Amino acid sequence: MSRIPATFARLTAEGRTGLIAYVTAGFPTPSETPDLVRALVNGGADIIELGVPFSDPLADGATVQRANQVALEHGVSLGDVLAMVRELRAGGLPAPLIAMGYYNPVLAYGLERFAEDAAASGLDGIIPVDVPPEEGGPLAAALAARGLDVIFLVAPTSPDERIAKIAGMASGFLYCVSLAGVTGARGELPAGLPDFVARVRRHTTLPLAVGFGVSRREHVARIGELCEAAVIGSAIIESIEAAPAGQRAARVRAFVADVTATAPASPA
Amino acid sequence: MTVPVYPDAAGRFGEFGGRFVPETLMAAHEQLERAYREARHDERFGMELNRLLRSYVGRPTPLYFAEALTRHLGGARIYLKREDLAHTGAHKINNALGQALLAKRMGKPRIIAETGAGQHGVATATVCAMLGFQCVVYMGEEDIRRQALNVFRMKLLGAEVRPVTSGSRTLKDAINEAMRDWVTNVADTFYIIGSVVGAHPYPMIVRDFQSVIGAEAREQMLAAEGRLPDVAVACVGGGSNAIGLFYPFTHDEGVRLTGVEAGGSGVETGKHAATLVAGRPGVLHGARSYLLQDAAGQVLETHSISAGLDYPGVGPEHSWLRETGRAQYVSVTDAEALDGFQLLCRTEGIIPALEPAHAIAHVARIAPSMPSSQTILVGLSGRGDKDMATVADALGVTL
Repeated sequence: MSRIPATFARLTAEGRTGLIAYVTAGFPTPSETPDLVRALVNGGADIIELGVPFSDPLADGATVQRANQVALEHGVSLGDVLAMVRELRAGGLPAPLIAMGYYNPVLAYGLERFAEDAAASGLDGIIPVDVPPEEGGPLAAALAARGLDVIFLVAPTSPDERIAKIAGMASGFLYCVSLAGVTGARGELPAGLPDFVARVRRHTTLPLAVGFGVSRREHVARIGELCEAAVIGSAIIESIEAAPAGQRAARVRAFVADVTATAPASPA
Repeated sequence: MTVPVYPDAAGRFGEFGGRFVPETLMAAHEQLERAYREARHDERFGMELNRLLRSYVGRPTPLYFAEALTRHLGGARIYLKREDLAHTGAHKINNALGQALLAKRMGKPRIIAETGAGQHGVATATVCAMLGFQCVVYMGEEDIRRQALNVFRMKLLGAEVRPVTSGSRTLKDAINEAMRDWVTNVADTFYIIGSVVGAHPYPMIVRDFQSVIGAEAREQMLAAEGRLPDVAVACVGGGSNAIGLFYPFTHDEGVRLTGVEAGGSGVETGKHAATLVAGRPGVLHGARSYLLQDAAGQVLETHSISAGLDYPGVGPEHSWLRETGRAQYVSVTDAEALDGFQLLCRTEGIIPALEPAHAIAHVARIAPSMPSSQTILVGLSGRGDKDMATVADALGVTL
């Protein structure tokens, strides 16, 4: 069993809500990314999404756009992201690592070459933000041949027929986009979330994760009542931005520990 | 033999096109495709569009024999398709009107658009004023600076112009921001894309609404010359006026189709926007097409004196026309475009926009070596009022 299903099996066995933590690779500097990833895992993250920087992140809000821009100023490419994955695996990191990003850098790298290098580096899958299942055949085939997952997204705007089609092509887990909008921390979860998650559940036995707009402990707890995992991205980037240099890893570790704690939040 | 229809059911022109968008927008694209196909089969929709094209836009636009320019260049006879005489001063209104009528039909009360030079923004703001839509236009900060007149026009027409400060602060980033708005407000918002770019069905819809240019020009050429032109020339940024001119001639194999891209400071300098001349296939803004990108697949910043051509991508149908050899694509530098601009002003008393000035510059290259028995059809996509400050600056004149 690859790392992703094994992780969800363990979460089910432990009766725990999974936390999927996103960080843009190369933000704030390429050399800090491996430390930040380890800090996220040590803080309690179960799965890591490594954002592959792109010049035109049109599904992302201001926070992730900023992080992409900084990473690109450091010249971080998809090849560099795979090198970070290799470094993390060489250091013994057991958690699933998933690349998240846009299609063009993968196409420029070459689908077959990417699949081969990704598998060799220890990457577990990819979330291609701008590749719906209709266009995802070649990518899915290349990755499946090496045992890697393509995690597709479903949205509240997806009709039932689309959800069924997407579920039929997905592996690993299904990423439920909580709302119509771009990535970014928001105060409240959308009111329609329970109905949406229930609608997705009718079409798949895969684990479900909810992301976009998730930033707080109470969001994670609420999502835990609906499905297997919550995804936090922009709030992690913001906590890195707010931390002084030298304390960033400690700060994100504490942030993740706080949002995954089952006890009520301590007063700020 | 039956002529294949493009795009195919998956929205592809050969290996180009398709629908590479976040899942949140997939249903909206499917809904748009259905609504558009229904509208095209609805006679009332076509009648309403044609009525407004005639009485509001001023179609058909004239085909003008540029006798003085022809004499000056001393070769092929040159005809100008005068889209600069359409309402709002450019071809953009043909598409903005068509899509706005589609939005009305779909019951979407809010319209968004991106704009580069501001001509599509002005056209969209214009039809929104006429049809009573709320209108938001995204425009790069750099373009707002160099196209101040069009920004003022949009505001007069009741549109809200939102400056885009990300990336290169030009057309590419304005499209990114419009997509972010659409993904957030998809339930009540219609996105009027201004060029033959984006995910399926946009390249098809925009092409169809712009094809009125070539369809009229084809008839007008036949009436004027008794035969089709030998060459059709149009500038290409995203490529809407060029597709509009070329498409009705696609199956007329004797008509050479030439697209003219923005060569900026020269393709060899790297400061240009000549996507089909110097790019390679990739995925941006929803479609697979030629793209100016670095080795790692990051989209490159472009340069052109013309805001309307300053775009690193190009419509997928152009990529396909290039790949199949049906059309050729060349580039013209900023300096050559300025020469073409002044040439048309002085010989014909027509001040073109900087975008079609690129096409004029190419015509000045090829016409002298062609015999006077041959003809060139040029898409004069817009008028130059918006470019006065840019041209004055480039010529060292203080206004």
